[in-house]
Amino acid sequence: MDKPSGAGFRRARQRAGNLLTPYALLIPAAAMFAVFIIYPLYRQFNISFYDWHIFPGASNPGVGLTNFRAMFKDPAVRTAAVNTLLFVVITVPIQIVLGLAAAAILTDRLPGRGLLRGLIFIPVVTSWVVVAYIFAYIFAEQGGLANAFLSLFASHPVHTDWLAHRWTGEAVIWIVSIWKGIGWSFIMFLAALDGVPRTLLEASRVDGAREGSVWRHVVLPSIRPTMAFVLVLLLIGASQVWIQVFLLTGGGPYGSTQVLLGVAYQQAFSFFNFSYAGAIASVMALVVLVFSIVQIRLLRRGQVR
Amino acid sequence: MSRLQLGAEPTTARASKRARRREENSHEPGLFGVRTWTKTRLALACVFAAVAVFPLLYMVSLSFQPTDDIFTTHPTLIPSHPTTLNYVQAWTENDFSRFFFNSMGVALLTVVLTVVLASLAAFAFARYRFPCKELIFYLFLAALAVPSVDLIIPQYILMARLHLTNSLPGLSLIYTSENLPFSIFLLRGFFEAIPKELEESFRLEGARTLRVLTRLIAPLSAPALAVVAVFTFNFAWEEFVVASTLIDKSTRLTLPIGLNSFIGEHTTSWGPLFAGSMFATVPSILVYVVSQRWFRRGVSVGGIR
Repeated sequence: MDKPSGAGFRRARQRAGNLLTPYALLIPAAAMFAVFIIYPLYRQFNISFYDWHIFPGASNPGVGLTNFRAMFKDPAVRTAAVNTLLFVVITVPIQIVLGLAAAAILTDRLPGRGLLRGLIFIPVVTSWVVVAYIFAYIFAEQGGLANAFLSLFASHPVHTDWLAHRWTGEAVIWIVSIWKGIGWSFIMFLAALDGVPRTLLEASRVDGAREGSVWRHVVLPSIRPTMAFVLVLLLIGASQVWIQVFLLTGGGPYGSTQVLLGVAYQQAFSFFNFSYAGAIASVMALVVLVFSIVQIRLLRRGQVR
Repeated sequence: MSRLQLGAEPTTARASKRARRREENSHEPGLFGVRTWTKTRLALACVFAAVAVFPLLYMVSLSFQPTDDIFTTHPTLIPSHPTTLNYVQAWTENDFSRFFFNSMGVALLTVVLTVVLASLAAFAFARYRFPCKELIFYLFLAALAVPSVDLIIPQYILMARLHLTNSLPGLSLIYTSENLPFSIFLLRGFFEAIPKELEESFRLEGARTLRVLTRLIAPLSAPALAVVAVFTFNFAWEEFVVASTLIDKSTRLTLPIGLNSFIGEHTTSWGPLFAGSMFATVPSILVYVVSQRWFRRGVSVGGIR
């Protein structure tokens, strides 16, 4: 077939092509995103209002808010909520303080600075499965380093089965999570502290300000945006804690170290209560979303003031 | 002549570096004032680095110890009877070689898909105008706040319906979707920083959009593409929850899942387990070390804008 080749036509065709180009570029990514992220997000919210079964052809009666109501009466959910909250309250501040401390130490010139920075970041790129095994071995009842170390200070050999009891198990979970998390906040604060104008610090020192007040009034305010970013992302991450619990204690003994996401996962894949699990996950996602928005607002307002 | 110049260049560079260092040492006040606290900071930094690395070094040591030494009441820090038997055993007897190549395949496919799809989409966001552009962009970004584990239930249902459970490419599709938001965000910033004039002169020579992307934009964006590739590789390499939910056929397991199921079957074989953990850890640390020089530029130019 002969193509019409008038200049006007070619220009028109080119213009139409230019209009369509962004869509052609965008569609592969957008389509994947819609199918594997947006649709599941909608679906999760949707099935929590049904008594939903995974088997094709099963009837899925709508149950309204039953799943959400059941959540608030479920003792497993209550324990898990307490554990999740404790995890957030304990691990997030420690990760921020230690990450900031390490960054403060390593921002300025120091012999071997690059190597030390790299080493501190390494736990972040190590996989959770590997990390869980190392620490399970370190905290093992027999031949574990932790018990051997504590035995040095005790009058008799220590034989604590760390992962078999609730609070020692929680302690191990917290320690592992903090150990693996510091490197991330460290890297974030490193970049922020690098940008703190040193002349500003000197000015306030010359004015006779004490070190503590230099940090409170000059350093911390100038890294406020990073602080907000780190805090929000750590809070989101910590409220979604699960994998380390799953790998270290499996939520046991008797669900006493279980966390919210663990309850949801167990309900879905052990008991096939997909709707109940969906309800738990949806409520969590909503709480986290609202909390992050409120927090970003508050921190931003503080910054303006 | 040109050779002479080339030879002269490093000397001047070194000289100017030396001058800069002298200047920094003598005048520039740091975070803690004119006193540099070098020794205190160095000591503290070493403590941080030691704590970060110790568990991993311990794993290296354990992976070279015979099972008898690992299973004693007195933990051995340095192998007294070093052996490579664990590695041989892990690689040959426990199918770790298969898991390794499964994981490598999934990780590489995910990297390729993510880099291609995210580049196309980021190019659309960076260079074209179309309706709802910012809305669509923020829709992608909002997904950053939804952690991957939260969607696992509906994703499992979806994959079961699509007959993509127990499929390694299927796994890659989910990993790619989860990595798209961050990658698009990073690349858009980077692409926007590339001067438009370069692209226009390229187009005057008759290049079409795809050619502009592959021959001009991609080479100029190497640091950002490297960051995307590294993050994506590590994500796919160590991902545990989605893989353990979607895959249960023993020949399709990825390395983290293979390691985890291994401990379930042989609770006493710590030696091969730690050797297998080394197979899982070394690639991600290698990738991090190799790419470190691109990291700063890639993250700061792309992220700040």
